[in-house]
Amino acid sequence: MVDNFCKFSSQIMKIFTLNVNGKQHSISVEADAPLLWVLRDELGYTGTKFGCGRGLCGACTVHLDGEATRSCMTTVEFAEDSEITTIEGLSEDGTHPVQQAWFEEDVPQCGYCQSGQIMTAVSFLNRNPNPTEADIDSAMKMNICRCGTYPSIRKAINRAADKQLSADE
Amino acid sequence: MNNIMDRRDFIRVVSTTGSGLVLGLYLPYTNKLNGKTKAATIFEPNVWIKVHPDNSVLIMVGKSEMGQGVLTSLPMIIAEEMDLDWSTVKVQQAPADKDKYGSQMTGGSRSIASSWKQLRKAGATAREMMISAAAKEWGVPAGDCTTKASHVIHNMSNRKMSYGSLTEKASQVPIPRRVSLKNPKQFSIIGKNIKRKDTQPKLNGKAQFSMDVQLEGMVYATVVRSPVFGGQLKSFDEASISDIQGVIKIFKIENGLAIVARSIWVAIKAGKRLKITWDKGENDALDSNKIKALLVEKSKKQGAIARKKGNVKKAIKSSDNQVEAVYESPFQAHATMEPMNCTADVQKNKCRIWAATQAPARAQKKAAKITGLPIKKVELNVTYLGGGFGRRSINDFVYDAVEISKVMEKPVKMVWTREEDMQHDYYRPASLHVMKGAIDNENHLTAWTHRVVAPSILFSQLVKMPFPFKEKLDIISVEGAKNIRYDIPNILVDYRMANTPVPVGWWRSVYDSQNAFANECFMDELAEAAGKDPLQFRLELLPKSSRERNVLTLLAEKAGWETFNSGPYYQGLSFHKSFGTYVAQVARVTVKDNTIKVGEIHCAVDCGTVINPSIVDAQISGAIIYGLSAALKSKITVSNGRIDQSNFDDFDVLRMDETPKIHVHLIESDAAPSGVGEPGLPPAAPAVANAVYAATGKRIRRLPITIQDII
Ligand code: FES
Ligand code: FES
Repeated sequence: MVDNFCKFSSQIMKIFTLNVNGKQHSISVEADAPLLWVLRDELGYTGTKFGCGRGLCGACTVHLDGEATRSCMTTVEFAEDSEITTIEGLSEDGTHPVQQAWFEEDVPQCGYCQSGQIMTAVSFLNRNPNPTEADIDSAMKMNICRCGTYPSIRKAINRAADKQLSADE
Repeated sequence: MNNIMDRRDFIRVVSTTGSGLVLGLYLPYTNKLNGKTKAATIFEPNVWIKVHPDNSVLIMVGKSEMGQGVLTSLPMIIAEEMDLDWSTVKVQQAPADKDKYGSQMTGGSRSIASSWKQLRKAGATAREMMISAAAKEWGVPAGDCTTKASHVIHNMSNRKMSYGSLTEKASQVPIPRRVSLKNPKQFSIIGKNIKRKDTQPKLNGKAQFSMDVQLEGMVYATVVRSPVFGGQLKSFDEASISDIQGVIKIFKIENGLAIVARSIWVAIKAGKRLKITWDKGENDALDSNKIKALLVEKSKKQGAIARKKGNVKKAIKSSDNQVEAVYESPFQAHATMEPMNCTADVQKNKCRIWAATQAPARAQKKAAKITGLPIKKVELNVTYLGGGFGRRSINDFVYDAVEISKVMEKPVKMVWTREEDMQHDYYRPASLHVMKGAIDNENHLTAWTHRVVAPSILFSQLVKMPFPFKEKLDIISVEGAKNIRYDIPNILVDYRMANTPVPVGWWRSVYDSQNAFANECFMDELAEAAGKDPLQFRLELLPKSSRERNVLTLLAEKAGWETFNSGPYYQGLSFHKSFGTYVAQVARVTVKDNTIKVGEIHCAVDCGTVINPSIVDAQISGAIIYGLSAALKSKITVSNGRIDQSNFDDFDVLRMDETPKIHVHLIESDAAPSGVGEPGLPPAAPAVANAVYAATGKRIRRLPITIQDII
């Protein structure tokens, strides 16, 4: 058995300032710590999920300056200068138009993938407010839902897009 | 409270403190293996109804919510008969507590099917108690009172009292022995598209999965297991990770090596880098070819008889139109979206656990054994499950966390990497299906034989048997094979056990998935040999006005089977009954540019009374998508005694752009409700395989369907 509690703790720990959902957080972690785990376990934003750890499933998707980004593949060092948005910061009370569309369609089953799905959809709809079915498929195909909520997600995205359109008119 | 119960005694007033009325009800659990319902002798309620003085109602459910909607659909049934105002109903997942909730095992699509009657009676009983209390209060006959939206109403005097204000009095009325249930025509909650109660927290990040639990003073751990099945830890070289800071402790546990660190990512990094030497044991040379060879070898001899009708030998002999085929299915991983994990806090005199489990009572019992604590001192909280599909009915990941926390004397969050999760699953068994059929001169199907050759779940998970196994019938392994629905005069179904060191377990729809693939593809081969349309061929073998026939007829009509004009798409059909539910599907497929695309699936379902159509639709669609992953993309293979796949790159699953348009058509029915979590899955693969045949002329006898098998 080995017992080397923080044997090297002074070596590469650094202080980082992260801007998450409009709040500044100072934390001391290794430079290569994945943003995913820092958000979840250091800062308590547990809405962002761990699915694969290798950029393959999308469960960990957050926004860096509005762009959907896989937090499992992003180091805290890289994220330092960006505005980070997690599912908790999308809206105060779950009323972002995309969250509402998800609510209307009753999308989640187990729910585990849904933060990532919503974050991907929001950044995609910002870029492309009037998507075709093919646009939706190709924007969302990197987010796995093992429960198979894809048909409801499609409906929810169309609903959110329609709303955005009518709001723009 | 006197705990002895008689047969009819399934509901009781559990307590009436100042906080309202609490009713406990006991729902019997039907054992899938023997179909028997456990006769309860001790009153152990597994659903609680709490009526609060503010007239809100809390319903606590001792079933695990893993996405199937049980936290919504079970309370809907109570609310219907009790005439509750649904908007004021709150639901909550009950923690593991055998004394309070009985068996909480969730699986086999049974949650509603096994408790429908009792839930209705419970709701009706509670309603009647409210009426009695109000009638007494007003001094009017109970028969003059009605209920609506959590109120008792006396129309003649225009008076009305809320359930909340009646809790005290209602607790004193004797529990009625006989209650009348609503006529389904009066239903105002059952059968309606009511929103799930767990949707909102799943959209704002607040829903708590076991991975989200944070405890004061918690440390983090991951576990590395022997990559070779059955291997044992020999040694590890601590120096190989000496440059990684933050590792707290590395030690052996029952299932492998625990790496404890101050964060999960440090634990994972250390676990990946640590040099570990394993004693590989005797399975080092195992691979998929050897497993296949074992299945083929086993398939040559007759096994344990699962069903025998007429005389197949004679029927086959006397026919000169015989068809033979062998079908093959690979191992499959569950790959729930949330990898296995658990948080445990083992202290000197108690233990707290947060687990996403389908079998909480079992987890609690084993945790008591590991910690040496009495079971009462083990608190097991069931969080939301990030997918279950059968994987979480085996609690190995819970025991890892408990063992580690016991050693650390601290709360521990234990998380497996996706790689560990995929390589240490309890897989859907690989299987081989030897089929024979005979058609007579009038083009009728006269004989059907189906030999299922597969590892046994029953004899590896439930029944401890010494190696080597004798020829035994694993009754689960022939589900959907022995009870094939077609009326064929001569049938023989047998099973040959072919166990391997690869652990096997319950995978969404279990053996029905492989057996339906073999059945329904072979039915198409026979239809062709008989010169008949696949739909007509099946209909001829199903009794008039049977539920089987109705579901196929509805499907044909909705999908437009007969009038479909193929164009680039070709269609295939399938039918399978599982978990009490009848499902038929049409898949429309195009094969071009080296890809197989499923464009559309029509699915007709008879699951008896539909509690919540949108939940049923979601479950059926989800099961189809899960089935399509296994039909078109994923498989688990073995080399050098270990699983080849490790993450979603080499075990890829269906993505949105590959998902067909799915149309679910529900049969209207007053029959008792049956399962919906699994039955949508088995027909998916054969419908697609039959459509691929229509498109290419190539029979698909092996899953997943690959383009190489077609061209
Ligand atoms: S956890 Fe980051 S993509 Fe899967
Ligand atoms: S809702 Fe369960 S994985 Fe998407």
